[in-house]
Amino acid sequence: MAARKSTRKPNVSAEELKEYYREMLLIRRFEEKAGQLYGMGLIGGFCHLYIGQEAVVVGLEAATEEGDKRVTSYRDHGHMLACGMNPDGVMAELTGREGGYSKGKGGSMHMFSKEKHFYGGHGIVGAQVPIGAGLAFADKYKENGRVTFTYFGDGAANQGQVYETFNMAALWHLPVVFVIENNQYAMGTSQQRSTSTKDIFHRGEAFGIPGEIVDGMDVLAVKAAGEKAVAHCRAGKGPYILEVKTYRYRGHSMSDPAKYRTREEVQKVREERDPIEHVRELLLSGKHASEDDLKAIDKEIKQIVNKAADFSKESPEPALDELWTDIYA
Amino acid sequence: MATEILMPALSPTMEEGTLAKWLVKEGDTVSSGDIMAEIETDKATMEFEAVDEGIVGKILVAEGTEAVKVNTPIAILVEEGEDASALPEAAPAADAGNEAAPAGSSEAPAPAAAAPAAPQVDLTPDWPEGTELKPQTVREALRDAMAEEMRADPDVFLMGEEVAEYQGAYKVSQGLLDEFGDKRVIDTPITEHGFTGIGVGAAFGGLKPIVEFMTFNFSMQAMDHIVNSAAKTLYMSGGQMGAHMVFRGPNGAAARVAAQHSQDYAAWFMQVPGLKVAMPYSAADAKGLLKTAIRDPNPVIFLENEILYGRSFDVPVLDDFTIPFGKAKICREGSDVTIVSFGISMQFALEAADKLADDGINAEVIDLRTLRPMDTGAIINSVMKTNRLVTVEEGWPQGSVGSYISSVVMQQAFDYLDAPVVNCTGKDVPMPYAANLEKLALVTTDEVIAAVKEVTYR
Repeated sequence: MAARKSTRKPNVSAEELKEYYREMLLIRRFEEKAGQLYGMGLIGGFCHLYIGQEAVVVGLEAATEEGDKRVTSYRDHGHMLACGMNPDGVMAELTGREGGYSKGKGGSMHMFSKEKHFYGGHGIVGAQVPIGAGLAFADKYKENGRVTFTYFGDGAANQGQVYETFNMAALWHLPVVFVIENNQYAMGTSQQRSTSTKDIFHRGEAFGIPGEIVDGMDVLAVKAAGEKAVAHCRAGKGPYILEVKTYRYRGHSMSDPAKYRTREEVQKVREERDPIEHVRELLLSGKHASEDDLKAIDKEIKQIVNKAADFSKESPEPALDELWTDIYA
Repeated sequence: MATEILMPALSPTMEEGTLAKWLVKEGDTVSSGDIMAEIETDKATMEFEAVDEGIVGKILVAEGTEAVKVNTPIAILVEEGEDASALPEAAPAADAGNEAAPAGSSEAPAPAAAAPAAPQVDLTPDWPEGTELKPQTVREALRDAMAEEMRADPDVFLMGEEVAEYQGAYKVSQGLLDEFGDKRVIDTPITEHGFTGIGVGAAFGGLKPIVEFMTFNFSMQAMDHIVNSAAKTLYMSGGQMGAHMVFRGPNGAAARVAAQHSQDYAAWFMQVPGLKVAMPYSAADAKGLLKTAIRDPNPVIFLENEILYGRSFDVPVLDDFTIPFGKAKICREGSDVTIVSFGISMQFALEAADKLADDGINAEVIDLRTLRPMDTGAIINSVMKTNRLVTVEEGWPQGSVGSYISSVVMQQAFDYLDAPVVNCTGKDVPMPYAANLEKLALVTTDEVIAAVKEVTYR
């Protein structure tokens, strides 16, 4: 698989670059495994895979500091792994087991980790956007210098509450980075068929929120943009929008007939713009890593993912009295 | 090592499908992500991708085969150098390799069984005997409750339309901006969906928001955040995080504001697990319950009433006066019939009881005060004594609070009933504007009296 030549010189150390490779590969292999477990009937309901979009969360997590928050939609497995949540706990939540992050009661779309400042995992398109601004509101109130990354897709960008939130976030100078993960398809409807503006971040201009387009298939470009956005927020200048152009290789959810785009379109992105191949190329061509080094990483990731899958099968179903717990604090 | 490739489930409901087309043949090398086959389900034709790397050793199910059960082996993947021909034929049973979640769990344990005997009821008075009382309006009581809690806890703040500079659309937040400043008393734009979501996010972030709806009619714009985001997150997160917050504002009919501004939401919110719902009548209850609501770690719906804002009631002069949730108040003791109500409808219940006393009917009147949790024990206890029950509320009849109470009483005190329960409710119509029709649409004291006479066969 030939990756495109990067125009960007890595502005990070070889170790960091290897770490991004490792994290992106973890997400991809984890998602492939989740797809497999879904096929076996071990994961039920809705399951939205992140394959193809890995550079977005890995690049942005590289721009965060301890204590920064993140919140996203139902396509959330990548975000959870990138912010350091345990793959065992995430996979066991997918299989609906006691060892899952929500004790099996949330599932793929509803997972949280207070410890890692991950605030979900929200199943209603666009609902996480005011919630993310609310988290930023709490940080501003507490004057703790934290920033919230609020992820949503090009589909959610047409929800009214997004613009209600833009208005208040700008008005109140909330430290929130709005990350539009533009994978070009809202379920099966292409951006061009659903969205009047070509570049969605321009909509922020109406509220005085600055923003930019980012190449979401280039983890280094994402990291650089993330650092700029975070600096803006931490300086008390209010919200910032990153419209990260990315691509989802798999269907919207597991049950996606894929009739709204051609196989060639998907194949072309995979072959020419794959974010993991891109880093692999940088590592090899810059002699930062050998084939053997990368093979060792591949092997390590495979072990982590297999362990997560085993855990997710072995962990028992929640005890029956869990039906009645966690309704009230 | 050879790996079996199983017929995948490609939708939440798929049990079998047609293997429409193989896109690989025996001997082909595949890597993860490569499309191996097209599979037709009941909904659509979908592509099936390889997860593992390897060589297609054997295709076990020919293309065009219909009704292939999920988890049936359809091909075998081998590693380089492995001999596919030596492989055994796949087990025919569809169950082979089926690791699907352990089969149907037995019935979940039910919560505490129905009370067989007289339930335990908390009859302690709301304040100690001899406490000094002073008359106060509901409006002032609510304001004092918020001010006291904001003084005690810096994480409590108030947000909503016109709560700050305007001093509250109904003057409930009068003076709060002066005392607490614009960091903690926040005017929002008119954008209920958005600011409710921001309030929920702030609660997830550790603050204790009081979100004021100018009236609860506008909360419908924000229903998704109240129900999906605030009420369900504690459960969905396995107890990790929830929304410590209050949603408050006037609820129900005011006067002559017609259909879109006159609705009682008690029954709507009462239905949602994860929410608590309070609906006070008196100023003392308004104060004591609002202070409890602000301290409660769960999302609380606090339903006030515009007409009651200006009414005065005795309020105890105490440094820190609270009323627990789930404790009804017996406002008048009686032995002939139980009248249960809450919120503004209490005035009809009490007026009716006064008039009925003149006719020699001695009614017991219970103010529920909170609808979730609901003090059903107090109702049952009373019905065991009076054997007759009338409920009174402003909301619509279908799926009303009264219909829920009726079902509880029927299940837990059926043998004690000497007459069918009657629910007095608002009429089953949108609120009309015309003064005479509005009056007809609302529940009245006369209707309560008639209902009591019906159940007492007078």
